[in-house]
Amino acid sequence: MAIKFEKKPGLVIYLTAGDPDLATTRDIALAAIDNGADVIELGVPFSDPLADGPVIQRASERAVAKGTRLTDVLGIAKEIRAARPEAGLILFSYLNPVIRLGMKEFAAKAAEAGADGVLLTDMIVEEAGEYLAEMKANSLAPVFLAAPTSPDVRLKAIAENSKGFVYAISRVGITGTQSSLTSDASEIVTRLKKFTTLPIAVGFGVSNAEHVKAVGEFADAAVIGSAIVQLIEKTDAKEAAAAVGRFVAGLRA
Amino acid sequence: MSSTTAAMVSPGGSVSPVRSAVGRFGVYGGRYVPETLMAALEELEAAYNEAKDDASFQAELADLLHNYCGRPTPLYYAKRLSDQLGGAKIYLKREDLLHTGAHKINNALGQGLLAKRMGKQRVIAETGAGQHGVATATVCALLGMDCVIYMGEEDMRRQELNVYRMRLLGAEVRGVSAGSATLKDAISEAMRDWVTNVRTTFYILGSALGSHPYPTMVRDFHRVISIEAKQQILEQEGKLPTAVVACVGGGSNAIGAFYEFIDDADVKLIGVEAGGRGSAIGEHAARFAKIGGGVPGVLQGTYSYVLQDDAGQIALTHSVSAGLDYASVGPEHAMLHDSGRATYTSATDDEALKAVVTLARTEGILPALESAHAVAEAIKLAPTMSKDAVLMVNLSGRGDKDMGILSKELDVKGAKAEVKA
Repeated sequence: MAIKFEKKPGLVIYLTAGDPDLATTRDIALAAIDNGADVIELGVPFSDPLADGPVIQRASERAVAKGTRLTDVLGIAKEIRAARPEAGLILFSYLNPVIRLGMKEFAAKAAEAGADGVLLTDMIVEEAGEYLAEMKANSLAPVFLAAPTSPDVRLKAIAENSKGFVYAISRVGITGTQSSLTSDASEIVTRLKKFTTLPIAVGFGVSNAEHVKAVGEFADAAVIGSAIVQLIEKTDAKEAAAAVGRFVAGLRA
Repeated sequence: MSSTTAAMVSPGGSVSPVRSAVGRFGVYGGRYVPETLMAALEELEAAYNEAKDDASFQAELADLLHNYCGRPTPLYYAKRLSDQLGGAKIYLKREDLLHTGAHKINNALGQGLLAKRMGKQRVIAETGAGQHGVATATVCALLGMDCVIYMGEEDMRRQELNVYRMRLLGAEVRGVSAGSATLKDAISEAMRDWVTNVRTTFYILGSALGSHPYPTMVRDFHRVISIEAKQQILEQEGKLPTAVVACVGGGSNAIGAFYEFIDDADVKLIGVEAGGRGSAIGEHAARFAKIGGGVPGVLQGTYSYVLQDDAGQIALTHSVSAGLDYASVGPEHAMLHDSGRATYTSATDDEALKAVVTLARTEGILPALESAHAVAEAIKLAPTMSKDAVLMVNLSGRGDKDMGILSKELDVKGAKAEVKA
């Protein structure tokens, strides 16, 4: 149980928990791990996902409509951990569900579930005092987002306060697939490397094997989100785990 | 970005009751945004601080507020209404007489001039009732900037006239169908646009909401309401008002109307939220209600009271007025609520509709449905007050935009005007 990227590039797979249902999300996560995912980012669905594009918005809406709660997501995190002790596991959430549960209780429950770390989409370093203290107290890795628009002084703070890896946003924008990576992606990784020896994962718009290969040339890992969530959307629930497994296996082909 | 800001990038704040330095109102406010927006917020903050202290910026704003928008707005003694209610003297601060029909132009103009100064050619905004969208479209036409307005499809339906006005003014109106298709969803979509086009785009946020510096900046642009009103009431009555009443959606007109009176401890400050059609969650937008109200949380960049379920999902809201139909509230109001300096109450849909009729027929003034919530509170309150008490109501907008919805909600036959069952 740790975040490590042994093959190059590493694969981080994002899933919106509860879409189509919690048990299927768990099975998809296991299939992704068995087919080469190094880290699973388990996304807590939120009613107002303002950093997300249409694909993850729709998945969140479906999962929220099913009544998926943060505590349910912690429940399947525990099951994934029990079934795959070696895999990396990150909880990915907007802030409000975490505040509602309570930062202290959330951190304790995340650690108890066996998560390695946490990424909060709308938490910036300056506001993170209590969050960082709770992550530390529970031996959890806080992963911050770094953006192409972040000046060096912010990248430095982001790198210094992250553990496990740093998540570099590949482009200016929201989540979603795209046809090719922009030059922003390699530039931000180069800039981040001045401040950290942590692995750097690149996400937002990384959708296929070609993108993964391109990311591998300058970063440690690729994060694939919307492409997977979209595949789940158009696949029958019973087939979803196998389909995602095949897709993930193909990403490093 | 200034070097002093740069030196401050370190973990300081917290979502628990620990006050961090940046943009806080007590424990509320702050900055909770995707990292991509941080550079833009810092750039905006620096540009605003510079403009605020620049006499030429303030002179241009003051000139346009006077000659283009029609400031100062009158403070009008509503004698017939006061006599009919038989208690306090009611004064109306006539923000409804401003160009474009509501207080929203004060802020849209201020931010528009700032966008111009920063060299941003593309402007985006969200709108609920359409008044902020119309104000922004107007300012963009005036200053020659491209304008995209996000509006929930439900709001487009109920404020159809304003959609047409925005388009006539040259703005592109983009409908938002997500969630409840109202103000909250329009803000999310505007933020997504801003994240994507942050390098070229200025986001003119329309209420005292969102991440720092917006709640402070928007309040500053609306302070003119209470600066004028304080002077006017002293001239007309020789004393300060007993109470100031304003409706609260995001809270921009209310914070503008309250601000200069906050240090005058004897002046009661009363915010009126949308009571909708019931106290169950989803039926109203009364964030401060004791039963069925909100709890502190983070929505769209700021820490404040938020209507939500016990898993932290944002609740749906309802109000007959699109401009009050929002799940959270400006962080400065959250502070004023907790400290007790301001009190917050609510008026139901029916009370607001009746207040429209009452004001129309006693004073010949058609208030916006939003502002009618404040009028409804005055109608309740005035008879309980003495005749030498002075009740000041911020009439934040005019009702022309609401004719469609009023004709659906009200049965008007000669002398009779009743809320339809």
